[in-house]
Amino acid sequence: MTATLTRVNRVPGLLPGLTFLIILVLWETSTRVFTIPTFLLPAPSRILEGFDAVTVSRWLAHAWATLRVAMLGFLTAIVVSLPLAIALTRFKLVSSGIYPLLVVIQSTPIVAVAPIIIVTMGSGDVSRVLITFMISFFPLVVSMTTGMKATPDELIELSHSLKAPAIREFTQIRIPYAIPYIFSGLKISVTLSVIGAVVAEFVAAEKGIGYFIQFSTSLFKIPQAWAGLGILVLMSLTLFQIIAQTQRYFFPWSLPRESK
Amino acid sequence: MAVNTNVTPAIQFTDVEMTFDTRAGELIALQHVNLAINDHEFIAVLGPSGCGKSTLMRIVAGLLKPSAGTVSVHGENVVEPRDDIGIVFQKPTLLPWATLEDNVVFPMKHKFGRVTQEQRERAHELLKLVGLASLENRRPGRLSGGMQQRVGIARALLHNPDILLMDEPFSALDALTREEMGYELQNIWQEHRKTVMFITHSIVEAVLLADRIIVMSHGPGAHVAEDLRVPAPRPRTGDSMRLSEMQDLVSHLRDILMTKKVA
Repeated sequence: MTATLTRVNRVPGLLPGLTFLIILVLWETSTRVFTIPTFLLPAPSRILEGFDAVTVSRWLAHAWATLRVAMLGFLTAIVVSLPLAIALTRFKLVSSGIYPLLVVIQSTPIVAVAPIIIVTMGSGDVSRVLITFMISFFPLVVSMTTGMKATPDELIELSHSLKAPAIREFTQIRIPYAIPYIFSGLKISVTLSVIGAVVAEFVAAEKGIGYFIQFSTSLFKIPQAWAGLGILVLMSLTLFQIIAQTQRYFFPWSLPRESK
Repeated sequence: MAVNTNVTPAIQFTDVEMTFDTRAGELIALQHVNLAINDHEFIAVLGPSGCGKSTLMRIVAGLLKPSAGTVSVHGENVVEPRDDIGIVFQKPTLLPWATLEDNVVFPMKHKFGRVTQEQRERAHELLKLVGLASLENRRPGRLSGGMQQRVGIARALLHNPDILLMDEPFSALDALTREEMGYELQNIWQEHRKTVMFITHSIVEAVLLADRIIVMSHGPGAHVAEDLRVPAPRPRTGDSMRLSEMQDLVSHLRDILMTKKVA
């Protein structure tokens, strides 16, 4: 029995796939057996029909609008957090001066700030990207800083003993050392960026999956709202996998031993 | 290297004092340290933990400035890190993303931004010297601690330094590997005759490897308590330890370290 289980476990994706399938079947049968109203919990088959509510090109347009904002926010987060993390690592003054501020920003529910940002900055892309950025950048800064600070002291001493240019302490030692940490941060951050884009669309948008879900629920078209949700999940999972596979392909040494 | 007839010591400590600011106030780690290490000499610095042995090494390396007194290398005051010193750290701390060869040439890449073909060939020779030539294109990930530390030694020797500073380099290894590495280090030293300052808390290691053993007193305010010559001829083997004068030395060292008689 255990031998069979081990063998099953060896086929990648088989176990989670099976679990997912079982949940779907339970979901479908329970909605039918207990006649749960569609607006409370639509059956998977009804959600599938929900995909037909709008044309494929409309879906793509909505998905692209969300993806675009998410990616712009995510990239901004990367561009801002790298130099910030370097400064936080390098200068004690920056670290003690700015870090508490970052924690305050992180403790602020950005969802609550979103409407304020829209009012101040207008309902354009800039606001949506800013909201996405604010939601997704904190884990990146923290993971990058943690990684750079986790570099063994001996390597930094080696660098000092060589009187190497300070920039190389970062490019050749600290940043590569932080790679495993950075990828953990990127994985969290990229899924947060999808959340950020959706939050921004809830507040002000005329396209995007978040907007579509809100619009659908206001018309009580629940199955198509669930369909939108399905697309968001798919989008997040894909982005997460892109990050994970990038790490696997380009930085295999940075993976824990068992996941190689 | 040419025979040095010059009497200037390779490393000289003159009245070195080191104090650290800690939360509990000022801590005097070293006080009145006076010591001269000759060219091509292998000395072991032995002492209880926390006696400032590593601090001593870091001052020579130019990584720490003494609070008072001076340290000179080949007659020049140490004010910053020097190019003629190689350091082997307690942990090998290799770069996990780089191959063994790239790890050995890393100091050059780090200092100058590029690595010459000659340096690569030298890295190859050094990896051969430490018995890892066949693994030079592997990454350190799966290597044992002993193998990693061999790479660390090759890395420290790359720029052919006159002085090798070793900070308890074998303390993280298992007993057997540790002994094996000791003999290997002796071979390397006999071939290259660097001036070696070897920090350790192992009496056996010190006795087996060193020409001279410097015993540090207990901190705070540690200083040189004893300066002992190791009588056995080289190359030393397991048999050397059976010589009666070596056993006397070992028991003497054990006495002064264990009973805290070190004044």
